Amino acid sequence: MTDTTARTAPAGTPESEAGQPAERRGTQIRLSAVTKDFGLAAPAVDEVSLTIEPGEFMTLLGPSGSGKTTTLNLIAGFETLTSGTIEIDGHDIGRLPPHKRELGMLFQNYALFPHLTVAQNVAYPLRERRVPKAEIAARVAEVLELVQLTGRDHNHPTQLSGGQQQRVALARAIVFHPKALLLDEPLSALDRNLRGALQSEIRRIHREVGSTFVFVTHDQEEAMNLSDRIALFNQGRIEQLGSPEQLYDAPDTLFAARFLGDSNVFELEGGVTGDTTRWEDRAWRVDAATVSRRSGVAERAAVVVRPENLGLVADEKDVPSGANWVRARVRDQEFMGSYRTLQLALGGQERPGRARVSTSDASFAVGDPVVAWWRPERQRIVAA
Amino acid sequence: MTTDLLDLPRRSERRRPDANWLLVLPAIVLVTAVLLVPLGQSLVRSVDPPSWTLEHYLSLFTDGVTLKVLGRTAVTAAIVTVCAFLIGYPYAYLMTRVGPRARSLLLVVVLVPFWTSVMARNFAWIVILQRGGPVNSFFEFLGIPGVVPYGNVSGVTIAMTQVLLPFMILPLFSTLGSIDRRLLLAARGLGSSPLAAFWKVFWPLSRGGVVAGMMLVFTLSLGFYVTPALLGSPQESLIAQLLGQRTTQLLDFAGAGALGILVLVTTLLLVAWANRFGGTVSAIGVVATTGSKGRS
Amino acid sequence: MTAVASRAARPPARRRRDRGVDPIPAWQWVVGVLVAVYLVLPALIVIPMSFDGGLTFQFPPTKPSFIQYVRFFTDPVWLGSLGNSFLVAALASLLATTVGTAAAIGLHQLTGRLARFVRTLLMISIVTPAIVIAVAVYISFLQWHLVGTLLGYVVAHAAIGVPFVLVSVTSALGGFDPRLLRASASLGASPWRTFLRVTAPLIARGIVTGAIFAFVTSFDEVVIALFLRSPLFQTMPVQMYNSVTAEIDPTISASATLVVVSVTLVILIPQLARLRRRRPEEAR
Repeated sequence: MTDTTARTAPAGTPESEAGQPAERRGTQIRLSAVTKDFGLAAPAVDEVSLTIEPGEFMTLLGPSGSGKTTTLNLIAGFETLTSGTIEIDGHDIGRLPPHKRELGMLFQNYALFPHLTVAQNVAYPLRERRVPKAEIAARVAEVLELVQLTGRDHNHPTQLSGGQQQRVALARAIVFHPKALLLDEPLSALDRNLRGALQSEIRRIHREVGSTFVFVTHDQEEAMNLSDRIALFNQGRIEQLGSPEQLYDAPDTLFAARFLGDSNVFELEGGVTGDTTRWEDRAWRVDAATVSRRSGVAERAAVVVRPENLGLVADEKDVPSGANWVRARVRDQEFMGSYRTLQLALGGQERPGRARVSTSDASFAVGDPVVAWWRPERQRIVAA
Repeated sequence: MTTDLLDLPRRSERRRPDANWLLVLPAIVLVTAVLLVPLGQSLVRSVDPPSWTLEHYLSLFTDGVTLKVLGRTAVTAAIVTVCAFLIGYPYAYLMTRVGPRARSLLLVVVLVPFWTSVMARNFAWIVILQRGGPVNSFFEFLGIPGVVPYGNVSGVTIAMTQVLLPFMILPLFSTLGSIDRRLLLAARGLGSSPLAAFWKVFWPLSRGGVVAGMMLVFTLSLGFYVTPALLGSPQESLIAQLLGQRTTQLLDFAGAGALGILVLVTTLLLVAWANRFGGTVSAIGVVATTGSKGRS
Repeated sequence: MTAVASRAARPPARRRRDRGVDPIPAWQWVVGVLVAVYLVLPALIVIPMSFDGGLTFQFPPTKPSFIQYVRFFTDPVWLGSLGNSFLVAALASLLATTVGTAAAIGLHQLTGRLARFVRTLLMISIVTPAIVIAVAVYISFLQWHLVGTLLGYVVAHAAIGVPFVLVSVTSALGGFDPRLLRASASLGASPWRTFLRVTAPLIARGIVTGAIFAFVTSFDEVVIALFLRSPLFQTMPVQMYNSVTAEIDPTISASATLVVVSVTLVILIPQLARLRRRRPEEAR
């Protein structure tokens, strides 16, 4: 994972121009071979290179301990680099103390100053920058309006709900026009409904402010919802970088496939090379003509298909021509509201498969044999 | 749901140690220059370089005075400790029984000796205990003349016990307060008399606090200077007075050094030993936060 | 069994039950009151003593009078010692609070062996008998020409005041969220500005408490002061010591009353202020 631009290039420009504000006010953040070693078994962040474009909403996604938070802390200056460089608009900031980096930050626990009122909290960065009093008042009022907290100026943080507190923190983090906004799991302390509301709030503010956002989360839904691009972290490295669609539709690895959304993984016996592009026996047929040449795929490969791309028929004769298919048995079913998920027992596979069908579709009951099929272009061959 | 679990401990491990120690430095310099260097110098003086002798330590045991005074000090400290226990236990017990209002009142009362000025307190005891004072008059009124607990060990004991009682009551209160009183009711329900229930159930559970409090009181009693000087008699001086005398009157700095080191080491050993019983350090912590001042 | 369960669930009900099943015997109250009297008696008795016009330390007072106060406030020796005590205590408290607060912040969250050792080192004066410190300090200060000087008093009293500041600031830091430091840095505040605008206001109570105790400790300290005194410079506790040993000077009753009352006020006022402040906080 050293050359990120090469990785994204074949798939086309990740952020289409239409999705971005016409005027790009943000700054570029460039990480080159950034490493943080705490002296444990493996470095927390291992040679990560990543270029965050001006105005981009970049999400660092990953499980606990994957290095995403450490990476954010390195950008913010709360951790010192073991090696590598971090540049903002071409200036190396690796040695700057955090208070000179001009980066706004949103914390998981809000980190509002309990002894100051809402207005004083928001005015804090302006007072540090010796902004004239009248201007402070105007800017505080303006930004509180932006986060829809007008009239709460004189409340203390403890008198506000969690969602309101995070909005104050957001106002405080953007009021001084930072070069970029860093968001460290800002929504994870909130309940589900509030999280949704604040997600759209953050999206709106990103649109209106137009600056670079770097967002850390372990919640893949949140990441897909908000981001222009996602850097998926695993064990201190970037596993895959791309738009949410790319990561969802075209996972490069098994880890990526499993971390983002549901997926069916059919492990093939053996790998995929130029010669062996088709498996066929009594239980299944896989045409792997569209395989991308990825390391490891040649040794041991797996086919990844999203549940919604799986069709179900009673007999393989009904499979549309050219489609891949696998025999299975319906093991269980889950009612999900707008759709049903059928759990499929697949011959020779440990994990059950999952197929999504409409709620009205009653063709298959638990115990029925089925044939699951999909279009080859909907599948993804990854190293198992 | 939460943040990177693995990242958290690492984060706190790396909190700019250099900046932190720089902040501690001034305090270390102050305490070292003003307390540790003088104490170190007394240690050095006591072995009298360049002759490097233990003579001053040996003479503490052979001069015929020091040992006697040490013994008297230990006996006085023991009496004070027992008195503090006998008085403090029922009081701490009562504190655990009463409602919250009465409890905070009792707690404030316990802390009063802490903020009663040393000199005011000793002056007050002189007034109360001296010949013709209220205690003397009271016993004469009862037909017992000659009760003057002043100018002798009894006066010193009365005054020391009063100021050391908080050190007994506070650890006791925290121990007794954590004992589940339902155990007593259970013992009563099983047929024990109230006294037997207390003796067999409550007392064994409270022994930790008793030991902590007694160690603390005993240790602190060893260093009293002003109280024995004002309320005791020169013929019955305690170790602290002997130390002061050697220094200012006899100008025997080496001998004073040896005696001072002996007292210091004894005290620190007792504190370290008491630490193993748990209560002492926390008690001193309580005392320091609730407000201790000079004890002498 | 049900009674036990309901007691655990509802504390108010518990007290009522206690009275019924498990009453406090009267003799325990009697003992408690007697011990309480014993504890507060010395503090209380100096007050009536100070309004006596007699020339001895006789109690109960015979001639009501303000003469002790008049003498206290007109005698240059008493007034001078009071001024010296204030000066020493103020400077010692300032010094102890400054270095003690810095040390508490520096040691905060350091848990290593070295940190524990340093903490013990700074606290050592709290378990060392005052006389041992006094004698050692006296002999060393003789060599350093600090005996009888303001500087000598100030540094000695500051050193024994450090533990109180350390303990109270450390306990205040216990409730302090260190993530606020990061928040402040991200908003552009330097570490020093962060201390002034975030840390200091949030641990102010601990700092003030420590400063008060350092002040009172110095103001009331007598053992070290007895050794450091000189004819030119002595503090009020030393003058009080003189007044019961060398001279029989009943003016001490006035000074003792003033000290007891003012220390009580100094300690009680923050408590009362805290009680008043706690109410809006509880509302949340």
